Amino acid sequence: MNLDFLLQLVVNGLIVGTLYGVVAMCFVLIYKSTQIVNFAQGEFLLIGAWVCWWFMTEYRLPLWAGLPLTFAFMAIFGVLLQIVVLRPMIGQPIISVIMVTIGLSMVFQALMGWIFGVFAKPFPPVFEHAAVNVLGLQVQSAYLMSLLISVVIMAGFYWFFKHSRIGLAMRATAYDQQAAQSLGVSVKQVFAMAWAISAVVSALAGVVVGMVNGVSSALSFFGIKVFPAVILGGLDSIVGAIVGGLVIGVLENVAEYFDSQWLHIGNLYTVAPFYALVIILMIKPYGLFGTRNIERI
Amino acid sequence: MAAAAERIETKPSILSVNNIEVVYDEVILVLRGVSLEVPEGEIVTLLGPNGAGKSTTLKAISGLLKTERGEVTRGSVNFMGEEISNRDPEAIVRRGIFQVMEGRRIIGDMTVIENLRLGAFTRRDGQVRDDIERVFSYFPRLKERTGLAGYLSGGEQQMLAIGRAVMARPKMILLDEPSMGLSPLLVKEVFNIIHKINREQGITMLIVEQNANMALHHAGYGYIMESGKIVLDGTQTELLNNQDVKDFYLGHGGGEERKSFKNLKSYKRRKRWL
Repeated sequence: MNLDFLLQLVVNGLIVGTLYGVVAMCFVLIYKSTQIVNFAQGEFLLIGAWVCWWFMTEYRLPLWAGLPLTFAFMAIFGVLLQIVVLRPMIGQPIISVIMVTIGLSMVFQALMGWIFGVFAKPFPPVFEHAAVNVLGLQVQSAYLMSLLISVVIMAGFYWFFKHSRIGLAMRATAYDQQAAQSLGVSVKQVFAMAWAISAVVSALAGVVVGMVNGVSSALSFFGIKVFPAVILGGLDSIVGAIVGGLVIGVLENVAEYFDSQWLHIGNLYTVAPFYALVIILMIKPYGLFGTRNIERI
Repeated sequence: MAAAAERIETKPSILSVNNIEVVYDEVILVLRGVSLEVPEGEIVTLLGPNGAGKSTTLKAISGLLKTERGEVTRGSVNFMGEEISNRDPEAIVRRGIFQVMEGRRIIGDMTVIENLRLGAFTRRDGQVRDDIERVFSYFPRLKERTGLAGYLSGGEQQMLAIGRAVMARPKMILLDEPSMGLSPLLVKEVFNIIHKINREQGITMLIVEQNANMALHHAGYGYIMESGKIVLDGTQTELLNNQDVKDFYLGHGGGEERKSFKNLKSYKRRKRWL
C-alpha cells in the first residue's frame, strides 16, 4: 500500500472532480431550461480552450485579458448557436434534437482540428511554478486556480438561481414554461441565456484543463466524462451535478490506483466512470438528486 | 342588449374585444366572433359551460394562445387604445394585462417569496419588497408559509397566484376560474379579497367562472358564452333577474317545485348528457 500516492490521487480526483462538476452544471443548466441533451458540451471546452490559446499566443495577451475576451466570444457563440441551430428545433422530436447536438459535436471537433491542427499545443506558461506543494502534496498551480474558480462559479450559480431576477425566471421556465410566459418571461431569452452561460463556464473549464494537459481534441473527451457525473447526480439537479462530478473525479483516480497497484488491466482510469454510469442507470436511473415531483391539488 | 351597451359606455373601456375568431392548429375553430367590453376599474365576469371558449377568450387577450398553437384569425383586441391581438404574451404583460391561469400554475419548487418576486419580473423599480408586504397584508396566511409553494393548500396556492399578479402592478388582471377546487368558504374569502384588491388598487378584473353565483355577486357586468359565442350580457341586476340565467346558472329558478332538467327550456343549451 502506498498511502501517499493514494492521497495524492484522491486530492487530484477532488480537484478534477470540481471541474467535472462545473461542466456538469452547465450541462444540467441547458437540460433543465431547454430540455435539450447537449452532446456538444465537451466541444464547448475545446472551442473555449483553443480560442483562449489563440488570443494568448497569436496576440500575446496575458491570461487576464485573454480570458474575458474568450468569455465574450463564447457568450456570443452560445447565443448564436441557440438562435441559428436550436431554436428552429423547438417542437421537434427529442431524437432529432439529440442527433443535432451529436452532429454539432462532430462538426466542432473537425472544425477545431482544421483550424488549429490535430496536435496538442501547450498554453504559454502562466504561473511561475507549474506545481506547488500543499501539505506535502504536489498540486498543479492551474488546478489550484481552477479549484478556486470552480468554487466561485458554484457560489455564483447558487446566488444567481436563488436571488437574481433572471435566475428565478430561468427556474420558473424549467418548471412550467407556459406559466413563466404568463408572468412576462421571454422563453427565447431564457434559452439563449442558458446556452450563453453554459458556453462561457465550459470554456473556463476548457482553459484550465488546457493549461495542464495542453490543448487538443482530448479536451472534448473531458466533456464526455460529464455524462457519468450528470447521470449519477440526476439529469436535472444542479447540486447533483456537483456531487456527481466530485464522485466521478475521485472514482477514476482511485480506480487508477487499484489498477496500478494490483489489477494491471490498464486504462481503468478512463473506463471506470462509464462502468459507474451503466451501474447507476441499472439501479437508480433518476440519479441521486433527480426530480421528485411535488404535487398537491 | 342595446340598453346594456349604453349603460356600459358611461365608463371608458380599458379593454374591448371586437368580434374575434380564434383557430387552434390552423383548423379548429374555437371562438366564432366574440365581442366584449371591460370598463376601467370594474369587475366583469364571463360565464358559461365547459368548452364554451371562456379560457380561450382570456388567452386570446393575454397572448398565451400563441403558446398553444392558437391564433386570432379575425377581429381585434384593443387595450388602452392599442391593438394587441397575436402579440407575444411577455409584451402584453409589459403593457399591463396579467393572466392568472386556470389551475393557479404557481412554481412548486420555489418558496412563496420567490414566486411573488417572479410576479414582479417585468418591473425594474426598487419597490418589490414593499409590494411583497402589501400582498401579505391581503393574504396574511401566506406570510407564515416558509416552505416550498408546492406544499401549500389549494386555497393558499390560489391566493399566491393572485398575489403574484398584484406584484406585476398590472392595469388589468384576467382570472381563470379562481374558485376551482376550493371549499365554499374559501371561495367566498378569495372573492372578497379579489374585490378588495379591485377597489383599493384600482385594478380592472375580468373573471371567468363556473361559480356563477359568486361571480355575479361581485361583478358589475357579466357576459354569458356558449359554444364560442356570447349569447347574453347585462349588468349584475339584469343577469341576476334573468329567468334563463336563474334556470341554467344560478340553480334557483324560484317557485316551490323541485327543479328538473326535464322542465327546462332547452333552446339556448347545448345537448345535455344527463
